[in-house]
Amino acid sequence: MTPAPSPEVLQAPLVVEFPFTRSLGPVQSAFLTGLRERTVLGVRTTDGRVLMPPVEYDPVTADELSDLVEVAPTGTVTTWAWNPSPRRGQPLDTPFAWVLVRLDGADTALLHALDAPGPDAVRTGMRVRIRWAGERVGAITDIACFEPYDGAEGGEAVPHSGEFTDPVTGIVAPARLDYTYAPGRAQSRYLKALADRTTRGERCPSCRKVYVPPRGACPTCGVATDEQVEVGPRGTVTTFCIVNIKARNLDIEVPYVYAHIALDGAGLALHGRVGGIPYDQVRMGLRVEPVWSEDSRYPDHYRPTGEPDADYDTYKELL
Amino acid sequence: MREVAIVAFGQSDHRRDSAEVSEVEMLMPVLHEVLDAVGLRAGEIDFTCSGSSDYLAGRAFSFTMALDGVGAWPPISESHVEMDGAWALYEAWTRLLTGEAETALVYSYGKSSPGDLREVLTRQLDPYYVAPLWPDSVSLAALQAQALLDAEDAEDSGADERALAAVAARSRTAAEDNPHAQVTGSPPPEALLNEPYLVRPLRRHDCPPVGDGAAAVVLAAGDTARRLCRRPAWIRGMDHRTEAHSLGVRDLTRSPSTRLAAERAGAFEAPVDLAELHAPFTSQELILRRELGLGEGVRVNPSGGALAANPMMAAGLIRLGEAAAAIHRGAADRALAHATSGPCLQQNLVAVLEGDVL
Ligand SMILES: [Zn+2]
Repeated sequence: MTPAPSPEVLQAPLVVEFPFTRSLGPVQSAFLTGLRERTVLGVRTTDGRVLMPPVEYDPVTADELSDLVEVAPTGTVTTWAWNPSPRRGQPLDTPFAWVLVRLDGADTALLHALDAPGPDAVRTGMRVRIRWAGERVGAITDIACFEPYDGAEGGEAVPHSGEFTDPVTGIVAPARLDYTYAPGRAQSRYLKALADRTTRGERCPSCRKVYVPPRGACPTCGVATDEQVEVGPRGTVTTFCIVNIKARNLDIEVPYVYAHIALDGAGLALHGRVGGIPYDQVRMGLRVEPVWSEDSRYPDHYRPTGEPDADYDTYKELL
Repeated sequence: MREVAIVAFGQSDHRRDSAEVSEVEMLMPVLHEVLDAVGLRAGEIDFTCSGSSDYLAGRAFSFTMALDGVGAWPPISESHVEMDGAWALYEAWTRLLTGEAETALVYSYGKSSPGDLREVLTRQLDPYYVAPLWPDSVSLAALQAQALLDAEDAEDSGADERALAAVAARSRTAAEDNPHAQVTGSPPPEALLNEPYLVRPLRRHDCPPVGDGAAAVVLAAGDTARRLCRRPAWIRGMDHRTEAHSLGVRDLTRSPSTRLAAERAGAFEAPVDLAELHAPFTSQELILRRELGLGEGVRVNPSGGALAANPMMAAGLIRLGEAAAAIHRGAADRALAHATSGPCLQQNLVAVLEGDVL
């Protein structure tokens, strides 16, 4: 048995980024449209409390709520936390306080940022008011932040129709998270071997099956795979499909063949494209070998070796 | 009601970064540890349930890769929660209660090291009103801590910054006896108060370490449990409750969901001698102690708790496991275990575990 080398850890940046498009119900639509128009709306519950920010269902009774009311753009801090180093995406890029603010006329509090010179300028109970964003689109960020305000409490919740011309009916919430992906021991060994143009699988100590690409565990036996086995480079097409849809950013003419290929010595098939042969002549049992393009770190595709086709019995367990 | 017990518990060493192993490579030794402890092979377990999160891994359906570690072929009866493994244990417990299974394997894991945890956790917040502001997990906990410090009854709950530091010092000193802990040892509370704030009023020691780790338990019913374990940790009751999503609706100084879950789990029917609380922030331990009515006589988090190691999605299951392990070795007779999920103690699970009097 070949002792497993301890490869240095492979790592690569991984960015997950997507613009979530979310539709709004009637209450959320009115609230966010209101922010665009510098009008702050809450919603009255059946027991007379005013929830701000408003929700469509009462968190206590689960009653559906729709009784919109306007509250003041001024309020009182109910708790706070001083954030000395703002992070990406947060409302202010200079040190600020996170605050929960109960706006005048409301019974619950809104989370946002407070622009203040330092933590000594912030306290629970302090009076604040909304600083509106210059450009407003119907989003929570239409409130740029809160700022200190020395006026007394005032402003009752007053009924509001919630009707605006051109209401906002949805938001686009972009999200981006940055990761450093590390594939772990087994896949690092596999990727390092591929860089040398060899394909390495790992054998299960229990059932003796050779996994390629290896993931470090035998899913049948639930034990670690650690014995290194070089497989291929030649292999057999076990099954395939003909792709007729051109993928974006992929410079391959359609139709082409995508196949399961059992490399010689492997206990299961991996997938790859088959080229160097008309698509309608690819068949089960076809013998193939990898084709590496210059500088590539994995085979670009597989092409026929010219050998006679493999006998069905030699690969039927690998379908 | 059918008797169900935790009969084995295992956990990884929790570390800041485990880039050299994949999730399944990190998890597998822990799975083997618990299966070996009860002398079962993976294929002999009736039901398997796991907890993890795609947002930590940065990949969709990431839990399917970890399934390789439990021997999922030929097909097994399996389920997954996108939550802490404590909730996976709850699902497995109900499965055993129905009589459909005799044994269950529960595991959970999380690697925080690939991403920026404080940013990743913002994605669990209200996507309309809160998530667009990217408030990070430490800042939200700091809002809760300040509310506690400001509360009119702060004196009654003993909540001042020194009390927070005392929780940190006690937890991390206790963790010196825990070989799996990520952070161990602490200066005295007075010295901790000289440290700078991370997000005021929280200092670094008021916050959990960020790290990678995994945990697993085996559950068994009735006589099977007695056969597999010398002193099974019987689950006498378990309940979980959630509160409103919006932080501004809740009284952040209280945790009514914890109290209600504890009541339904039977926690108040007799005193407990040990409590494992999932309180990632020092201020949260003070809130939980009050809701659970834990007096001075109760040993709280002798493992060091989440302040010593807080692997996401596993730290709650570890509380159940640590409490059970104390019963297994005779160090406790009646223990309370608590797990939390979501910002500022939004969701809470409480279990009451007991050992037979030998
Ligand atoms: Zn195997």
